[in-house]
Amino acid sequence: MKRLSRYRKHRFASPLALLFALFLIGTTFSVANASSPKASASLSRSAAVDEGRQIFLKGCSSCHGLNAEGGKIAPSLLGVGAASVDFQVGTGRMPMADMSVQAMRKKPLYNPDQVAALANYVASLAPGPGIPGDEIMVYERDGNTAQGGELFRTNCAMCHNFAGQGGALSQGKYAPTVMGADAKTIYEAMITGPQSMPVFSDRIITPAEKLSIIKWIKGAEVEPALGGAALGRVGPVTEGLLVWTFGLGLLIGIAVWLTTKVR
Amino acid sequence: MSREVAPLSDPGLPDHVHRKADTDPIAEKKAERQVALFFAFSALGTILFIYSYLFIHHDLFIFIPILGSTNAHQLFLGLGLTCSLLFIGMGAVHWAKYLMPDNEVIAHRHEFRSPENERADFIATVKEGAAASGLGRRSIIKRSLALSMGLVGLSPLLLLRDLGPLPEKQLETTSWKTGTRLVTDPGNRPIKPADLEVGAVAQVLPELVEGQERILNNIGKDAVLLIRLRPEEFQLSPERLSWTHEGIIAFSKICSHMGCAVALYEQQTKHLLCPCHQSTFDVPRAAKVIFGPAARPLPQLAITLDSEGYLIAKQPFTEPVGPSFWERSS
Repeated sequence: MKRLSRYRKHRFASPLALLFALFLIGTTFSVANASSPKASASLSRSAAVDEGRQIFLKGCSSCHGLNAEGGKIAPSLLGVGAASVDFQVGTGRMPMADMSVQAMRKKPLYNPDQVAALANYVASLAPGPGIPGDEIMVYERDGNTAQGGELFRTNCAMCHNFAGQGGALSQGKYAPTVMGADAKTIYEAMITGPQSMPVFSDRIITPAEKLSIIKWIKGAEVEPALGGAALGRVGPVTEGLLVWTFGLGLLIGIAVWLTTKVR
Repeated sequence: MSREVAPLSDPGLPDHVHRKADTDPIAEKKAERQVALFFAFSALGTILFIYSYLFIHHDLFIFIPILGSTNAHQLFLGLGLTCSLLFIGMGAVHWAKYLMPDNEVIAHRHEFRSPENERADFIATVKEGAAASGLGRRSIIKRSLALSMGLVGLSPLLLLRDLGPLPEKQLETTSWKTGTRLVTDPGNRPIKPADLEVGAVAQVLPELVEGQERILNNIGKDAVLLIRLRPEEFQLSPERLSWTHEGIIAFSKICSHMGCAVALYEQQTKHLLCPCHQSTFDVPRAAKVIFGPAARPLPQLAITLDSEGYLIAKQPFTEPVGPSFWERSS
């Protein structure tokens, strides 16, 4: 003990002590906590649901609550449906990287099997919109691009921009670009209304009309910029920026060149 | 102690320093070649423009760093024209700066008033012309000329009428009548409350009478946004609450500031944003303005159900929709 106390004023002493304490608390907690999932294992649930529950307890419950009932910082997941889980987790939006105002698209943390298991678990809690199957996503065959364009301009363009490039909302929130999102993701967003986006019910925009919107978006993705540089297709913002910085800079440069004295 | 400072003597103009090209024949030749090079670049630009127009296919896309996939036809047309014009100008400026004479010349200002003899000549000429035209004697010409000149002035005055006519009552009312069904836009399908989940929105227009067609001017007044909330989320007066149905509330989509379509609905904050000037309306509090330049809340449309269970307007809008105008009654 005397030998140890000689080092108590060493500069690494307090960080090491802190690490040790954290390690102790962590292991104690996990040992104490290890028995709790077993308690509910007696409930008869399918294997996928059970696997989903395990993932949920590890990855989601700290914010959404042990039974997905929601908390101070995260909404309840009762009734959000499998489609919502597939959208949020499948695109990497959930789990969030930090407590920013909006969860953004990133590399998914879970593989497709784990996402499916999570979706099954959340869907088993309360009924909600299901994941659209491949038999529904026949937009190439059934979609009507012209109708999709009309629907997009009325229902989507005010937030997602007239060319689907996304746009700003309030307080740092934004509507993301729909370019590059896969068809199933777009469909799920419309039926679940993720984050700031409202729901577009099947009776207001029918499934056939939703396919038309997706077909229009897929068409807009490959639309070539025939008029030259598209500048992000956000209209006068980038065009103005380019003129005010590059164009004005060029004019100032020329003015300086014109008036320099020649030796 | 005296702090007087000796006045500066007039320094005069600084000595004129000649350019290198004025004194050194090698520098002169070099400047001459530079000017010629600029003009040659301009010629190449024109050739590039003609080549792009004739031979680069308008569907050819090439990859350019930063710009990404770019249409080569448009890109080289632009670059060619830019070079052809810019380098003519640059050549001319370079020529003037380096080679044209740079002798300093002093030009004194002269008096603005013309000399007396020139003024007298001018007055004599005017008087002679007036006498020759006989304007004083030929009164019929004088009067008809005055008539025609006066009438010419009337034409632009008459054209001012195109600033009107005033909208009169057109902006006070919309197509919404008591009992008009709400239909989806586009699609024109009537809506039942069960069609909207909590958190859902619908863009709606008044149902068309048989054989009627959508008129853009009417859509500009009639467009309405339906939003469904949980009924307990409303903070409305009892009258306004009776205008909603099972948590479904309807607002005019035409911004009360400048008339843009207000339809950016944030489901979580329950705010409606206008994309033009960021006016923000709080939906649970009857679209109260909480940010931005809008002066009034969005007008609320009273809705109820008809006998078949479809959503209908309980009454027309109680105030004019959209931005302020001179004749606005309220």
